[in-house]
Amino acid sequence: MSVDELSRAFRQHGRIVIVGASLAGLRAAETLREEGFTGSLTMIGDEPQEPYDRPPLSKQVLLGHMPADATPLPRRRALDAQWRLGVAATGLDLTGRQVRLADGEEVPFDRLLIATGTRARPWVKEAEADLDGVFVLRTSDDAARLNRRLTARPRRVLIVGAGFTGSEIASACRERGLEVTVAERGPAPLVGALGGVIGAVAAELQREHGVDLRCGITVTALEGDSAGRLTCAHLSDGTVLDVDVAVIALGAMRNTEWLAGSGVAAGPRGVACDAGCRAFDIHGIVTDDIFVAGDVARSPHPLFGYQFLSLEHWGNAVTQAEVAAHNMISSGPDRLPYLWVPAFWSAQFGVNIKSTGVPTMGDKLMITQGSLAEHRFTVAYGFQGRVIAAVAFDQARWLDFYRRLIETAAPFPLEFANVDRRPEGLRAVPSEFPDPSLPSHGPTVTLSGYSPSDRKVTFTPARM
Amino acid sequence: MTSGTLLRQITDYANRADPYPLYTELRRTPVARQDDGVYTVSTYWEILSLLHDPRLSSDLRNRVPQPGDALPLEEDPSLPVSFIRLDPPEHDRLRRLATRPFGPPKCPRRVFNMRGELTRMVSDLIDGFQGRNQVDIVDDFAYPFPVAVICKLLGVPRQDEARFHVWAEAIVAALDPNPAEGPAERQRASQQARSEMGRYLAELIEEHRHVPGDDMFSALATDHGPDGQMTPVELIATGVLLLIAGHETTVNLISNGMLTLLRHPDVLKRLRDDPGLAVPLVEELLRYEPPVQLLPQRTALDDIDIAGTVIPKGAPIWLVLASGNRDPKRFPDAERFEPERRDNQHLGFGSGIHYCFGAPLARLEAQLALTELARRLDNPQLVNDPPPYRRNPVLRGPRHLSVAFDDLLA
Ligand SMILES: Cc1cc2nc3c(=O)[nH]c(=O)nc-3n(C[C@H](O)[C@H](O)[C@H](O)COP(=O)(O)OP(=O)(O)OC[C@H]3O[C@@H](n4cnc5c(N)ncnc54)[C@H](O)[C@@H]3O)c2cc1C
Repeated sequence: MSVDELSRAFRQHGRIVIVGASLAGLRAAETLREEGFTGSLTMIGDEPQEPYDRPPLSKQVLLGHMPADATPLPRRRALDAQWRLGVAATGLDLTGRQVRLADGEEVPFDRLLIATGTRARPWVKEAEADLDGVFVLRTSDDAARLNRRLTARPRRVLIVGAGFTGSEIASACRERGLEVTVAERGPAPLVGALGGVIGAVAAELQREHGVDLRCGITVTALEGDSAGRLTCAHLSDGTVLDVDVAVIALGAMRNTEWLAGSGVAAGPRGVACDAGCRAFDIHGIVTDDIFVAGDVARSPHPLFGYQFLSLEHWGNAVTQAEVAAHNMISSGPDRLPYLWVPAFWSAQFGVNIKSTGVPTMGDKLMITQGSLAEHRFTVAYGFQGRVIAAVAFDQARWLDFYRRLIETAAPFPLEFANVDRRPEGLRAVPSEFPDPSLPSHGPTVTLSGYSPSDRKVTFTPARM
Repeated sequence: MTSGTLLRQITDYANRADPYPLYTELRRTPVARQDDGVYTVSTYWEILSLLHDPRLSSDLRNRVPQPGDALPLEEDPSLPVSFIRLDPPEHDRLRRLATRPFGPPKCPRRVFNMRGELTRMVSDLIDGFQGRNQVDIVDDFAYPFPVAVICKLLGVPRQDEARFHVWAEAIVAALDPNPAEGPAERQRASQQARSEMGRYLAELIEEHRHVPGDDMFSALATDHGPDGQMTPVELIATGVLLLIAGHETTVNLISNGMLTLLRHPDVLKRLRDDPGLAVPLVEELLRYEPPVQLLPQRTALDDIDIAGTVIPKGAPIWLVLASGNRDPKRFPDAERFEPERRDNQHLGFGSGIHYCFGAPLARLEAQLALTELARRLDNPQLVNDPPPYRRNPVLRGPRHLSVAFDDLLA
C-alpha cells in the first residue's frame, strides 16, 4: 500500500485511544471526527464526570454563582466514542500497543493521545494535608468541597501560594466577605509568572481588597486539634495564625506516573514531544503514533528559542489538542506544526488579566499603555532586544497587536507613538523575575500567516 | 482602473446598491494610497490588526490635513466629542461610565430584560400593517422600532421620538464623506441638529437627575462608580452618540436583513419554521450586508508598516469593514449568503476598543424583528429590486423597502 492509501485506511478503520478525558482530550476527539476520522475512538478518564471546564472553579463556583457540577464543557459535535470514565490508565505497552487500565483491562490502539494534564501539588506533609480544613483546587469535587466550607463562613482562610490560582481564590473569598491571609514565599503575588514590577501591582490589588498579604513568608506547619480539624498555621517568621481553612495553591504536578517504564520520554516536567505533538521516546527519538497535548505536554517552540515549553493554559490545551488530532490522522507534509503563541487569562479583584507570549522570558519590561497606578495598563516584555510577551490589566482588547509584535520579533524597547503612552511607560526597566533563566543567544525566528495551513516560520541565523 | 478612482466609485451614489464588485477590486491592493492621501484598508486580517493597533487614533485632532481630504471635520466646538472620537484614557473612562448602566458586570441583564418589551413593540408595529397589502419596511417598521427602543432605554419620552428622527437624519447626512455633494450645507444642518439635540438633552437629563427612573440617563446622572460621574457636557455628548448610533445602524441592519431574506426566499421560509435560525442568521447579515460599511475616522500616529505598505504618520485611514467581511482569504465562499455559517467572526461591529457598544441590543432587535416579519407576512414580495438607497456610503441601507404581501398572519 502507498503512504496515501495507508493513511486513508487508518482514517477509516484505525483505532485511536485518548487518555485524559478533559479539555484537551475532548477537543482532540472532536477534531478527529470533524476532520473525517471514522475509526474507533476510546476516551479514558479517571474522573467519573463527563469532561468539564476548570477555570470557573476558582471563579464563579467559589463565588457561589454556579454549582461545581455545572461547568460541563460545551460539545462542538457528536463524538461516537467509547467512554471509559472513572477508571485510570496505569500503564502503556509501547510495542504491544495497549493501554493498561486500573481495572485490569487492556485497550489496544493504533494511535494514542496522552492528555492526562496535571493535578494539584499537595501539601508537603501528608498528615497535615489530611487535616479537615486543608484543601487543594483542581477538580470539580475539590471546588464543591471548598465552596461548601466557604459557605459555612470560616473565621479565616489561609491561602498558601499567591500564583494565579491562589490569588483567584483569595479574590473570591474577599468577595464573599471572608477574612483571608495569603502567604507567599516570593516578594509579591504572581511574581513567578509576571515578575516583580507587575507583582507589586497585584500586591496592591490584594491589599486594597482587604487581603492580609504576607510576602517573603513560608508556611512551616499546619496544626489540628484532637479531632483532626485544622486550627492554626505556623509561619516562617514565627507567627501563629488561627485559621480553620487552608487552601494549598502551590502549583501543579504532571500526571505522568502511569507512563513510567513505558519507554516514552515522560517525567515530572511532562511528556516531551516535537512541534507536531509527537511524543519522544526515552532516547529522544520521535515516536510516530504517540501524541501529547495540553498541560501534560512539553514542546519546543520556534519563536522562543526552540525551548521546550510546558504551559498550563486553557487556550494551549485547546489549540494543541486540535493540532495533535489533525496530525494523528495526517501524514508527511500534511502535518501541522504547533505554533500557537501562549496566552492565558485570569480574573481577580475585579481585574481582567490577559497575557500573550512568554513573560517569564522577559528580562525587561515597559508600560506601553495605561498606567500602573490606575491598575489598568498594557506591559510589553523584552528579551535580547525583541518583544517576547505582553500582559494587559483591564486592557485586553489591545493584546492581538502585541501578539503580532511577538510573532514578528519586533524590536524592544518599543519606540512608536501610540494612543495612550504615559510618562512612566517611556522607559524599559528590569522586569524583576526572582530567578531569571536566560536562554542563550540564538537565531531569530518569526511567524507569519494567519490560518493554520499558511502559518510559516522564517529562520534568520544569528548575526555575529 | 486605479484604486483612486475606485474609491470615488465606491462613494458614488450610483454604486450604492451593489458596492461589492468594487470591494473585490479594492482588495487586490489590501492597503492602498488614494489620490487624496487617504489609505484604504480592505482585507480582513489587515483591518482586524489595525483595529487592535494602538498606533491608530480615532481622534481627528491627530490628523495631518491632507490636500483635498475628503473627510469632513464635523465636530461642534460647543459640544465635547463623544467617546467614539476619543482615544484612551479619556475614551476608556467615558465608555466605562456609559457601560455601567448598560451591561455587565453591574447591569448584566439590562438588554435581556428588554426582550418582552421589544417583542411587544415589534408586534404592535406589525399589527399596524392591518388592512394593507404593501408597506415600506423602512418607514413603517425598521425606523420606528429602534427609535422607540433607544428612547425607552435612555429615558426619552415617547412623544419626543419624532424630533429625533429629524435630528438624526441631519447628523447622519453629514457623515457622508463624499466631497462632491456639498459638505458645507450638510455641515451646517448637522451642527444645528446637534446643538438643538444637545439643548434638549441637557433639560431632559436635569429632569432625570431630580426624578430618576429606571432608564440609562437617570443612572448616568445619579450613579456613582469607581470612575465618578460624567460631567453634564460629557453626558450630553454621550447621549447624542447613543441616540444616533443606537438606531441609525439598527435601521439598516433590519432593512438590509429583510431585503436579503426577500432575495433568498428559501431562507425566509426556514426562519419562519425555525426562529432559532435568527441567531446565526443575524451574524451572517452583519458579515454579508453590514450597516456600517467603513470606518473613515482613523489616523496613523506613527509610520505603520502593513501588508508591504508604510502608512505615514498623520495619514487618514479608511477601514473598509464590508470589504473585509467578504475577503475570501478569511471566509470560504465569502460572496455567498450562508445563514448558518460557522466561525463567523465578522467585522460588522468593528473590533478592538471601539467595538460596537450596542451590539447585544442590536442583535436582539434584529433577531426579533426579522423573525416576526418572516412569521407574519404571508407571501411577502419585494416591490423594487434594488430598492432606492440612502445617500450615505458609510451607514448603508435602503431608503425605502416596499414589500407586498397577501395577508397578515396572526
Ligand atoms: C482552578 C483552575 C482555574 C484555572 N483558570 C484558568 C484561567 O483562568 N485561564 C487559563 O488559561 N487556564 C486556567 N486554568 C488551566 C486550565 O484549566 C488547564 O490548562 C486545562 O484544564 C488543561 O487541560 P488538559 O486537558 O490538558 O488537562 P486537565 O484539565 O488536567 O485534564 C486531564 C484529565 O486527565 C485525567 N487523568 C490524569 N491521569 C490519568 C490517568 N492516568 N488515566 C486517566 N485519566 C487521567 C485527569 O483526572 C483529568 O481529568 C485553570 C485551572 C484550574 C485548576
